[in-house]
Amino acid sequence: MAKIIVDGIEVDVPPDYTLLQAAEAAGKEIPRFCFHERLSVAGNCRMCLVEVKGGPPKPTASCAMSVKDLRPGPNGEPPVMFTNSPMVKKAREGVMEFLLINHPLDCPICDQGGECDLQDQALAFGRDRSRYTENKNAVENKYIGPLVKTEMTRCIQCTRCVRFTAEICGTSDMGNINRGEDSEITTYLQTAMRSELQGNVTDLCPVGALLPRPQNFRARPWEYSKTPGVDVSDALGANIRIDARGREVVRILPRLNEAVNEEWISDKARQSVDGLKLQRLDRPYLRDNGKLRPASWSEAFNAIAAKVKATSSEKVGFIGGDLSSVEDLFAAKALAVALGVKNVDCRQDGAKIDPANGRASYLFNATVEGIDQADALLIIGSNPRWESPVLNARIRRRWRQGGSQGGDFPIAVIGEQHDLTYPYEHLGDSPDVLQNIVKGEGFGKILAKAERPLILIGAGVFARDDGPAIAALAAKLGVKGDWNGYCVLHNAASRVGALDIGFVPGQGGLNAPAMAKAGALDLLFLVGADEIAIEPGAFVVYVGTHGDRGAHRADVILPGAAYTEKSGLYVNTEGRVQMTDRAGFPPGDAREDWAIFRALSAVLDKTLPFDSLAQLRALLTRAVPHFAGIDQIEKGDAGALKLPAGDISAAALVSPITDFYLTNPISRASKVMAECSALAKSAALKQAAE
Amino acid sequence: MSVRRLAEQQPETFEFTPENQAWLESQIARYPPGRQASAVIPALWKAQKQHDYWLPQKAIEKVADILGMPYIRVLEVATFYTMFNLEPVGKYFVQLCGTTPCLLRGADAIVAVCKQRIGHQRKVTADGLFSWLEVECLGACCNAPMVQINDDYYSDLDAESFGKLLDDLAAGRPTHIGPQNGRQRSEPFGGLTALTEFYGADGKSGPLSDAQAAAQPANPAE
Repeated sequence: MAKIIVDGIEVDVPPDYTLLQAAEAAGKEIPRFCFHERLSVAGNCRMCLVEVKGGPPKPTASCAMSVKDLRPGPNGEPPVMFTNSPMVKKAREGVMEFLLINHPLDCPICDQGGECDLQDQALAFGRDRSRYTENKNAVENKYIGPLVKTEMTRCIQCTRCVRFTAEICGTSDMGNINRGEDSEITTYLQTAMRSELQGNVTDLCPVGALLPRPQNFRARPWEYSKTPGVDVSDALGANIRIDARGREVVRILPRLNEAVNEEWISDKARQSVDGLKLQRLDRPYLRDNGKLRPASWSEAFNAIAAKVKATSSEKVGFIGGDLSSVEDLFAAKALAVALGVKNVDCRQDGAKIDPANGRASYLFNATVEGIDQADALLIIGSNPRWESPVLNARIRRRWRQGGSQGGDFPIAVIGEQHDLTYPYEHLGDSPDVLQNIVKGEGFGKILAKAERPLILIGAGVFARDDGPAIAALAAKLGVKGDWNGYCVLHNAASRVGALDIGFVPGQGGLNAPAMAKAGALDLLFLVGADEIAIEPGAFVVYVGTHGDRGAHRADVILPGAAYTEKSGLYVNTEGRVQMTDRAGFPPGDAREDWAIFRALSAVLDKTLPFDSLAQLRALLTRAVPHFAGIDQIEKGDAGALKLPAGDISAAALVSPITDFYLTNPISRASKVMAECSALAKSAALKQAAE
Repeated sequence: MSVRRLAEQQPETFEFTPENQAWLESQIARYPPGRQASAVIPALWKAQKQHDYWLPQKAIEKVADILGMPYIRVLEVATFYTMFNLEPVGKYFVQLCGTTPCLLRGADAIVAVCKQRIGHQRKVTADGLFSWLEVECLGACCNAPMVQINDDYYSDLDAESFGKLLDDLAAGRPTHIGPQNGRQRSEPFGGLTALTEFYGADGKSGPLSDAQAAAQPANPAE
């Protein structure tokens, strides 16, 4: 630890702290543009100048000088720095004046206005008027992708976006071309950025140069009502802030959570918001003579009640969807239990995950933060870049830190080869190489030596017949002493929560693929289940939000609430329970799914024992106590992680995600995601042609 | 300085010649493994020399591929340094120094000749022989005003000698590289006025050898 006196306050900080961090430790805020905690230090905006004693006798960029670089005083006193001396004030005024020489005065028409670092800091640290009468520099606008609109005249060349795409995304899309006053930030010849995290540059940009294109001229920052939520586009459960203007959700921003998403979210999480307004189901529908017609709630309920009466409980089934909250599925399961139905399943993809094997068998046991501690990584049948881009960025960061014993952080992949933004050893397409690895051959040697090996198993693995056998071998590799590196990366936001409440077939019940077969059932409830094709035969009741696959097949549609329109619990892939709040109401007659099941149960004379969400949650936590621990992880028991061994086939592993941008009903309804998807496809075609 | 963009007319492909490829590999070998990117400036320079003194897009991409760099990183380097020409230049590419010492010594007269004989900056003459560009100090202020034509400095110019130089180049006649007013290097124009004992009155004889210096009286005034 090193001592430093900041404005007369003595603080004790690690010697590698920068002066900026030391000042923050002393409670002094230092203005900055180019500095960002998660990016490398550039030191080019000069806004963070401070005065130091024991260093150069001139203003010093506090982001680029560390405490250990300062000399102590003549009698061994700690070094001294000032953040509010006349020299600092003058330096800041000077820097701000330079920055504003070429910055346009278009704040009234700039979307960043109100949440602009330059605006705020000009007010706090700048001069009150400009001394320049010369013309301002103008810069050509650039095309850098469908998600980011540019206004490059406003750019102050902080290079945060350049460092973000190079360091975090790993795609090195952006750069600073030309020099001096002609410097321009652009992508290579104005091609679109290729990262699934590119939307984050709009948050990083301290001015209005990079703005989210879909939200162009939509609202002012102070007009939004801001609601904390949880992203459901993948199973990471990234923390988000839902910004609504009136009843309309306009944008989604990341919310800081060091343990999950830090401060990034994927483009799908951020920009599928327009999908929340399109293709929405806003009233019940009933199929008459092969055509869906609008109906009232009581009409729809009566039609369902007639079907329930006409059949037996063995011929009724429930399939849970990928975006449903725990409460929705809990209510659906309660109805199933009341009706005596055993055909209940949340695994639309036919994943052979059995909650009876213990919670450790389906969690990302090492936790997302555990990636930082891992010393070797084996990826089996997953493309984390598409299955969870933010998690992939975390793996990339781990790779950038290098191996724990020097050298590279060892990463190997079994399955499809994709550009994961970090190098890896490809061990083969088929999982049968796993046998040799368990024996300690090849990459197995590295895993055997590793103290904290992380075995990442894609959700697609479990959909195979040999899924449990592969998982059993993975568990052998991953569990070492206290370290449980057996990590399942799910794709469905609802999956872990649904498994926690046991949304799986009871004794003798059918699983989801069996329920979908023609003639298996008479009556099938789809709780937002859109990823499974239901064969003709059964009378299908679809409870969901969008006119997607499930609704097209449905005989009765009951309109539900999307994830921004309800308070609900979601459990992410590592088992972290998170709660999302309501940012707006569902459209038209749509209701929250749990309330629909409660109302339906009354019509069926099986009234469920809750009248409010609070009562439902009380029942839920009584059944599964760990749901009471919001933002906590109930660890799975690694000792109980004994999966049945079995034969492994030689068939190649494939990731279930073939199009990152279109994986759920919301993103499939989104025009922005469709544009991104088309662009990514044409880029892939172009690459294949070369 | 002004905004520089890649040329609109671009060749379809770019490949290094086998000799240049071998030379480039020897340059890359100078750097530790994983640090090949350090060879980006020599690589671009060689590509430019091979390709009529300008860098096409495909050459930038080729260099990036060879060095394992993202394209944008190489583009940054190519646009940063004005010694990399992004657009076609004449067979004789005149880089004219317009910085203060040259300007004081009459660079504006050279500029006038360029404008009259060649035309606007960055425009190649119809016969493809000449183009010119005003650049910042080339470090030959003692011989101001000066121009660099391709790899060679021509200094101590005036409108007349520069015009003649252009005529000679256009006609394919040999030219004298260096000062155009009879000077060898940057010695005083009218001969030495000091230290003649050491260097000779014409100043062209160079420093005395050790033996000659020893034979000199300790104090020349005596």
